[in-house]
Parts: sequence; structure tokens; C-alpha cells
Amino acid sequence: MLWLPSAVLPTEAPVKHSPIAILTLLLTLLIAACGAPAAQSPPSPPAPTTAPTNAPTAPTAVAGTTLTVFAAASLTDAFKAIKPAFEAAHPGVTVVYNFAGAQQLAAQINEGAPADVFASANKKQIDVVISSSKIISGTAQTFVRNRLVVITPKANPAGITSLKDLAKPGLKLIFEAKAVPAGQYSLDFLTKASTLPEYTSAYSSTVLSNVVSYEDNVRSVLSKIVLGEGDAGIVYTTDAATVVDKINTIAIPDELNVIAVYPIAPLANSKIPDMAKAFIAYVLSPEGQQVLATYGFIPH
Amino acid sequence: MEQSTTFPRIVTDRRRRPFPLTTLGLLLASLPMLAYLLFPLLAMILRINPVTLLNNLTNPEIGQAIWLSMVTTTWSTALGLGFGTPLAYLLARRHFRGGSLLDTLIELPMVLPPSVAGIALLITFGRRGMIGAWLDDAGISIAFTTVAVVLAQTFVSAPFYIKTAVAGFAGVERELEQAAEIDGATPAQVFVWITLPLAWPVLLSGLVMTWARALGEFGATILFAGNFPGRTQTMPLAIYLGFEQDINLSLTLALILLGVSFLVLWIVKAILRQRVMTL
Repeated sequence: MLWLPSAVLPTEAPVKHSPIAILTLLLTLLIAACGAPAAQSPPSPPAPTTAPTNAPTAPTAVAGTTLTVFAAASLTDAFKAIKPAFEAAHPGVTVVYNFAGAQQLAAQINEGAPADVFASANKKQIDVVISSSKIISGTAQTFVRNRLVVITPKANPAGITSLKDLAKPGLKLIFEAKAVPAGQYSLDFLTKASTLPEYTSAYSSTVLSNVVSYEDNVRSVLSKIVLGEGDAGIVYTTDAATVVDKINTIAIPDELNVIAVYPIAPLANSKIPDMAKAFIAYVLSPEGQQVLATYGFIPH
Repeated sequence: MEQSTTFPRIVTDRRRRPFPLTTLGLLLASLPMLAYLLFPLLAMILRINPVTLLNNLTNPEIGQAIWLSMVTTTWSTALGLGFGTPLAYLLARRHFRGGSLLDTLIELPMVLPPSVAGIALLITFGRRGMIGAWLDDAGISIAFTTVAVVLAQTFVSAPFYIKTAVAGFAGVERELEQAAEIDGATPAQVFVWITLPLAWPVLLSGLVMTWARALGEFGATILFAGNFPGRTQTMPLAIYLGFEQDINLSLTLALILLGVSFLVLWIVKAILRQRVMTL
């Protein structure tokens, strides 16, 4: 006889009384199914509880309070710098960040991820969350602006020195997916350039034919260009500023550039709405804006 | 507490005839895990609107992703089989110094996060990588191509086949092979006519696990092969990116993935069950 690993082969345990077993199984499953909603309700407190929005008691400094901020990946460095200053000004509060592509954060929030503040890289993703009533319309405000820049690896193997060079055949360009705000802005830039005689109308389609990957967020475009895996990519000036010594930048003139407008908003179902508002106020304050400016953002 | 004193007697009792109450208890104890594993699948099925599902099926990006996944997983499974079998046979039949070290090293891709595999592949086969730089000079570029998808899948999935195949080969009794050798069979004949037929159910189940792992591969793929519809955007990537745009698109793909995986596993298990019975 052949030895067979039990974990690998579908050799069932010798259940001789299988009809009874199956019946029992079905029965118990049924019981479990009936009990399931009750069992599921406790671990879902972030469900739409709108009550605390106008809670009279302001938990200004309850020790151990955690403020969860969902922020677009491009805000990573600047927001990390804001954290200690905000925490110093609000003792007892710990700021926890979730950085990702704004479109991913919006999807997470809509699926019930607990957050107190959402800082997006475009208005569209705020609107996505507003559409599910998790952000109240009119509560979002612009807190900072950003612009796109073309980057190449420091060695620049493809010899890209101008925006026109992006249309050279055989390049490996790395862009963001269209769902990512920067990806949409990149397409907008190409469309605008294509209307200008010096770029010709084929510019956009030629450049796009050089794209080898549509990445999920700005930071992964940046990393792959820094690694030299792509010939050029488009990121925000603020992202480029974090690795100046490893890349070259090619400015996109203002008339072609898309000025990305970053909105921030409190989540409607936040348990600590006052703290969420305090965080937004801090980001908008001269101190907060100063920090953002040092990371290359344009104050609002 | 009371039971512990009568423990030996219960054990002998159970050997004689199955005790239904024990089975019931076991079932009850298994229930939380079973429910936990099945409810999320059920939730997915219940969440999607059948009309949206049908509409999404005609979406070209979905078709592309499915096709790409099928092509790449076929390749990566074949590579695992072709190049993994000699290695597995070596590990099962030859005992040498460093054998267990090698065994552990082969297991590493199974336990490492796939993103680690992606970075490792990128700095090996990328344009500036250890091997990639040399390939680049020869005009071969791997990163961001379908080949990169296959390589990423093979890297994380082949160890599943190799590990299983080692167990399969080790399970074939050496005496049977030796008997054939005494009768004058060449090593190749012994392998093809004795070892393979006896080990194949295990090899097949190893292949299925490898294929399933390759089908679900995400982290290494997005890092090493990037995301380009029709070229490197496999089903898991399309599901992930779809989640951010249109959850219904993601759900459609997720359900297809679920259905395909279930069917393949079910069919292979049926084949194996039949085979094991006739052995």
C-alpha cells in the first residue's frame, strides 16, 4: 500500500454513520445561522451610529483616546510630522494613520472601516463617501494643494529631459491607475498637452502606449522609479521631494498641470467628533499649514 | 473530572463501536470554525445582484483578467511540475549533508509574505537586478511583462508542489523500486513505471495546491509585474483594483474565482477518491 499524507488527500475520516452526521451538521448549522446575527452585532460598533455627533460632553482630553485618520498616500510624510505636534497640543490623544490610495480609503470607509477623519487627494473620493452618508455634504474643506511632476531615475537610462521625450518609442513609463487621483490627473495633463501644437494631437496616445504598469498608489510609482525599473513616472511634487537625491524631475508647466486640491472632512459616525474637528482645525491652522509647506505642498 | 478516572475504559469502548454523542460533541466543536470559513463566502454570494453579475460578465477587463489568470497559472504549474519533480525526487531519495537545510530553504517562499517575494524578484530580475541587469544588456526585459507574472506565481507556488511531491516519493517503498532494478529496469524505467504511478495521486494533489496558490497570487505579482490590463492584471489584481472603483466588478470576479476554484478542487478530489479506492 502507498503511504498518503492525510492532509493532502481527500481521505475522509471513516464516518460510518454519515446520514446522521450530515443531518446533525445541517441542524447545527441551522442553529448557528439563527444565532449568527446576535453573535455578529457586538463587533460592529462603527456601524451608522449618528447619535454622538451632537453629544454634549466634549471628550477633550480623555486619556487613551485614539483618533483614526485615513489619509491619501501622498500625505504620508507631512501627516506623520503633524502627529507629534497635534498630540502635544491635545494630551491623551493618540493619532493613528491609515495611508493608502484615496480611492482605496473611500472604499474601506464605505465598507464600514472605522475612521474619524478622511483626508483625500481629490474631491471625487470625498464625494464617494458623501454618497454613502458617511461624510455629511458641506463638511469637507480644502486644506492643501499639490501639483504633478514627471520623474526619472537619477541615472536616467532613457535620456528623458523634456515632456516631449515621454513620447519616445520603447520607453517604460509607470503611471497610477485611473482610479487613483494622481492617475486621473496624469490623464488630464496628457489630454491638455495634446491640444497644444508643440505636442501634437497624438501625444497622449503615444505616451500611454509606453505605459507598462498602472500602479495602485503614488508611492509605489515613486519606489519603482527610484529602483530604476521604469524610465519615467508621474507623481506629486511632494512625493518627489522625499527622494530628491535619487531622481530627476521635469516640471510640468502650470498651464498643463493639474493642481490637485486636497479636501479633508470629519466622518459622520466618528465617536469623537470634537477631536476630529480639532485635528482638521490644526491642519488648517498656520502651524499645520507650515508643516505641509515644508513637505512641498501649496497652502490652501 | 469524573470522566478522567474512567478514561481508559471509554477509549476501549469507542474502539468497538462509534459513540454518537462523541460525534455530536465533535460536530458542535467544529461548528465555529466551519461557520467562520463559510459565512464570508456566503456573504459574497448573497451580496451580489444577479443582474449586475451577468452585466459584468461582458466587461472586457473581466474577460481579460480571467484569460490571463488561466494562461499564467497553467504555465506556473507546469514549471513547478517540470522543474520541481527532479528536486523533489532528489530530496526524497538521496540523503545528503545539508538536505534538511535545503528543505527549509525551499519552504521559505511558502511562509514569507508574497510582497517579500515581489521585492526579491524585482531586485533579482528587475532591470537593475542581480540577473536582470545582465538580461537587460542582452535585450531581455522581464519586469512588467506576462513572464514576470508567471515567475512571481512559480516562486510562491512551486514549493507547495515540491513539498508534497517529496512526501509522495518518500511514500513509495524503496523495495518496490529495488525489485524492478534487480529485474533489470533502468533508473528511468523504474521512475516512469514504478515510482510515478504509485506517487501520482499525491503529486496531483500537490499540483492542485500549487495551481490554487498561483491563482490567488497577488502581492508578488503587483510588485514585480505591475498592473496592466491584459498583460499583467490577473484576477486577484483586478479584484483588488476593482474594489476601489466598483465593488460589483470585484464581487463578480471574486465569485468567478470562487466557482472555478471550487470546481477544480472538487473534480480533482473526485478523481483522487476513485483512484485511491481502486488502489
